[in-house]
Amino acid sequence: MKTIQVQAPGLLTTVQDLGRPGFGPIGVSPSGAADPISLRIGNRLVANKEGAAALEMMLLGGTFVFPEGAILALTGSDFGATLDDVRVNLGASAEARPGQTLRLGPTSSGARCYLCVQGGIAVKPFLGSASTHILSGLGGFEGRPLRKGDVLRIGRSSKRFRSRKIAAQVSERLYARKVLRVTPGTQADWFSEPSLRAFYGGTYRVGEQSNRMGLRLEGAVISQRGPREMITEGVSLGAIQVPAGGSPIILFVEQQTTGGYPKIANVISADLHRVGQLRPRDELRFDRVTFDAARSLLVEQERMLASRELILE
Amino acid sequence: MQTAQTDGVRFQPASDQSLLIYLGEQITPDAHQRVRKLLRLLEQKPIAGVRDLNPAYCSILVSFDALQLSHAKLEEALRGYIHRLDALRIPKGREREIPTCYGGDFGPDLNEIARLHALTPAQVIQLHASVTYTVYFLGFVPGFAYLGELPEGLATPRLDSPRRSTPPGSVGIAGNQTGVYPFSTPGGWRLIGRTPIAMFRPDRKAMSFLAIGDRVRFTPISAAQFAALDRR
Repeated sequence: MKTIQVQAPGLLTTVQDLGRPGFGPIGVSPSGAADPISLRIGNRLVANKEGAAALEMMLLGGTFVFPEGAILALTGSDFGATLDDVRVNLGASAEARPGQTLRLGPTSSGARCYLCVQGGIAVKPFLGSASTHILSGLGGFEGRPLRKGDVLRIGRSSKRFRSRKIAAQVSERLYARKVLRVTPGTQADWFSEPSLRAFYGGTYRVGEQSNRMGLRLEGAVISQRGPREMITEGVSLGAIQVPAGGSPIILFVEQQTTGGYPKIANVISADLHRVGQLRPRDELRFDRVTFDAARSLLVEQERMLASRELILE
Repeated sequence: MQTAQTDGVRFQPASDQSLLIYLGEQITPDAHQRVRKLLRLLEQKPIAGVRDLNPAYCSILVSFDALQLSHAKLEEALRGYIHRLDALRIPKGREREIPTCYGGDFGPDLNEIARLHALTPAQVIQLHASVTYTVYFLGFVPGFAYLGELPEGLATPRLDSPRRSTPPGSVGIAGNQTGVYPFSTPGGWRLIGRTPIAMFRPDRKAMSFLAIGDRVRFTPISAAQFAALDRR
């Protein structure tokens, strides 16, 4: 069986797949890759199923040894990877010979890089998924971010190495924009006109306190029309809630499942993967679209991801 | 924003892949029963394309695959369930007991709560343990049950600034609710005690100790009893 030895874990490296939806009634949020599109593409580059488990690294990557070799691909943001000192291209399959070392450094673009290996990362599934839920210490590898000395098992696979890469124009279309498109939130009409104008007209900065549970935003303070009592209700992925202080928070993959703060907007499905690439101090704006437009954008994106032109062989 | 009202039910899109259905506009036993019933129906006979359900006091957030379903189609499918709610009979919730060691290091806010209500700490404990609570729903984090309602005279606002972390098993109160933190999480509820019971047990078939609709009582125990029961 093939393995990965963790020589250095990086800043926050976790096992992730496409998450575990369906357990909201017991308070479990789906978790899963912060940038699921990069995970899906990475898995296709190494001939895995789209949702195979991979390593998600944040801001600073780790150092990994492949004692038995591996077929791998890096997707998402560029962490300056080398395999025994030879540069590894982002968005392309590569082969590590037995004993080779993959080194990643700090990001030179977005927040997250995915390391996909052929066969996937083999961990015991929790509620049907390999994803790590950091807060509850469940799923993934021992329910926690990786540490130096960890040894991960790679799933069985006997496919031969094939050179594959993502079409360049696809990456550009998926990640170019610094604008998040949103639909109106459940309590959008609770906010004052000037606040709504400030929210849509202004620029926000991602706060340092951001993580997989939520991204705290710094910028124009949002106020409600008047005091109104909110009854706790279910919160959707990408909901932008505004607590009493008026600074918005984007609820993300490891979000709480219910909440008692009003929501001004919600990031559209087609842009959620880009939330996963936002770094602390990144600036962003919000663009309002209709529910119909949001759906069309998702359909169009999925069509592009399913197209033959996505991966060049 | 499209909203519609029939049968005391209101629908509202929450995102392009989720729809909120409100079964009441206030926290009432009736709204809670309707939430429980609809959740049960949706779990027994799932709608194709629905990915997740998040019940709360008087609503359920229904998340769906936007490539397979739309708000309109989902609303239509949900309406097919709504008219069955009144006739549906569901079993009463189970009786559950939560042994709790109150005060001291386990309940750092007990004395302050007593002071705020001009009670002794012993009276606060006695009041908290005197009633049977209903599990309105599980939410926030795995296994966290929203329990209501506190006896009159015990309702207390959240802390002004939440704690960075609360130890697992901490019993807290906020507004007229009470609950037990299953994990070490940040939290603004005022802590009055701690239970040795694990609220979320990933190795069990029923992972959450409490389920929606359960009837719950807190039983005061001593520090020695806590230590004997604590297997964490």
